[in-house]
Amino acid sequence: MGNPKPWDADRATLLIRELQQMPGALLPILHALQDEFGYVDKAAIPLIADALNLSHAEVHGTISFYHDFRHAPHGKHVLKMCRAEACQSMGCDSTIRHVERRLGARLGETTGDGNFTLDAVYCLGNCALSPAVMLDGKLYGRVSREVADFLIDSAQRHA
Amino acid sequence: MSVKVYVPCDAAAVSVGADAVAKAVAEQIASRRLNASLVRNGSRGMFWLEPLVEIETPQGRIAYGPVTADSVTGLFDAGFLEGKPHALRLGPTEDIPFLKEQERLTFARCGITDPLSLSDYMSHGGYRGLERALKLTQDAIIEEVTNSGLRGRGGAGFPTGIKWRTVLNAPGDQKYIVCNADEGDSGTYADRMVMEGDPFVLIEGMTIAAIAVGATSGYIYVRSEYPHAFRTLRRAIAIAYDKGYLGSNVAGSGKRFDLDVRLGAGAYICGEETSLLESLEGKRGQIRFKPPLPAISGLFGRPTVINNVISLSTVPIILDKGGEYYKNFGMGRSRGTLTIQLAGNIKHGGLVEKAFGLTLREAIYDFGGGTASGRPLRAVQVGGPLGAYFPESLLDTPLDYEAFAERKGMLGHGGIVVFDDTVDLARQARFAMEFCAVESCGKCTPCRVGSTRGVEVIDKINADQKRSQNLELLGDQCEVLTDGSLCALGGLIPYPVQSAIRHFPEDFHKPAPPPASGPAQSSGKVPGKVEETRPWH
Repeated sequence: MGNPKPWDADRATLLIRELQQMPGALLPILHALQDEFGYVDKAAIPLIADALNLSHAEVHGTISFYHDFRHAPHGKHVLKMCRAEACQSMGCDSTIRHVERRLGARLGETTGDGNFTLDAVYCLGNCALSPAVMLDGKLYGRVSREVADFLIDSAQRHA
Repeated sequence: MSVKVYVPCDAAAVSVGADAVAKAVAEQIASRRLNASLVRNGSRGMFWLEPLVEIETPQGRIAYGPVTADSVTGLFDAGFLEGKPHALRLGPTEDIPFLKEQERLTFARCGITDPLSLSDYMSHGGYRGLERALKLTQDAIIEEVTNSGLRGRGGAGFPTGIKWRTVLNAPGDQKYIVCNADEGDSGTYADRMVMEGDPFVLIEGMTIAAIAVGATSGYIYVRSEYPHAFRTLRRAIAIAYDKGYLGSNVAGSGKRFDLDVRLGAGAYICGEETSLLESLEGKRGQIRFKPPLPAISGLFGRPTVINNVISLSTVPIILDKGGEYYKNFGMGRSRGTLTIQLAGNIKHGGLVEKAFGLTLREAIYDFGGGTASGRPLRAVQVGGPLGAYFPESLLDTPLDYEAFAERKGMLGHGGIVVFDDTVDLARQARFAMEFCAVESCGKCTPCRVGSTRGVEVIDKINADQKRSQNLELLGDQCEVLTDGSLCALGGLIPYPVQSAIRHFPEDFHKPAPPPASGPAQSSGKVPGKVEETRPWH
């Protein structure tokens, strides 16, 4: 996950230039921008459209189609919580409610202090060790309420 | 001789502490100045035992698990480098019944080798399939795959050889091999395990496919929820290029095959092959009309083989040992092995590779040991979010494409999610529709609108509003979804819904509960704002 840098149009142009020759370059470019800045700034749309000879609408439409691409910076930590069937069978809903209540934010939201962004995901491929979450790109299994508290506490200590 | 200590690097093993265990093992080896080395292998797929640490002894590999970082010092004190007794000692790995009773063909190496060691791969039978393929004509390679009876393991079960034959015969100056690694079904992780535990087998399978159909370029499309797999594949591809197994002269054959791995961006629908192709091209992942089939007009409009990870990873052994060998496993029209993934509320969750024909009951009880909670099993969902919910009474169904279809179910990618008696099937049916609404690509109306209407109608049923009329309406909606949707998402979402109603009618006739529960979706709400009306439990 790293520490996202503030939006910088020159840096974005450079990243786009590095990738624009690949076949089907749009997704790799969007990922590169999000890796760098933590989100895809609106100002990137004309830059990408120019580089790939696409309309602004095509670029915007692609960004908005995918759950991953953000329109605004995320919190310091990103906690993705699986709410698919295998995790449901092991009580993920209860863990999710607990975390939402503790952080005062719901799935899809960022806490008021900007520390945590909570996201819903549908399957992290850890279905034999449900419930699963991913915190700042790291996967965790058997995440009971207690484990979730532990993860949040450790993240806050390293905030 | 240096003793090898194996600690898995598989994401699931890491999710319960394998990295911390590996670190502790390395520290003990260093501080005790032992003649031992740490190897990060893939997972054996016995996840309830992870982190599963193995020691290579003259008597074979000895397993210990589940190991925690805290228990490592004690293990060294007990002499586990010599395979000595300890409370966590499980005995020889291969003798653990869960593993011993399997027939591992596709997963022959997974968990045994270092995933990124090409020499390990070669010394365990790697690249023998390619070697043989390079001596055969394109026709003969495809004949071998066709004879093996291999059917697409992504879920659709389409014969792989026929797909390849179509691409071979399709005219085109450029052909592609695309691997569908968008393993989005809940309850499945076999693709992830191969990509993280034995990536060269996938690369080899794709290379054989390329040679068979005359393709020179390939892509692996990995979902973004699998960052570990993505990193492993990148490194494996770089190694394969470096050693001459990819690039302009594959294994000295003079044939070219370039391979790249691409990351998805969180869209379940991109597991549908035409959506995946759109996404690879850099577009919204909306499905395409078929025909034309991808085999005729696929990636960038060119003839394309698009296969699932497991299908492609099974090709090397078929070429190595022959189609006849593979065909001898299985039942009826389902030939070879199925990679069953035991998931959810299950005591012994993990990967079981076994010839088709094992029953659900055998998989869940003989391998899985029943529910994790110890409560009675009530429902099983096989085949991911589009698969049917089966009750206890259907557990004797054999794991076979046709047997599932006869019972209005779907084997899919082989994921089995077990639920105990606390499950509410009306709620599961609602979730199915909700999931479909979240993940619909929006191209066709039945799926885009029908899923949202489905959620509303199920809410009315559960709130006891005109229950019988609404159940009838839901039946009509499901019919429209089944018959009117363009792809399997809308077309199959009635499976979980209608199976829940059919097998668990009592859950749809309960007194109305308090207002809707379950975490809500992000819906453009103000960040940081919490709705106070929400019933916290």
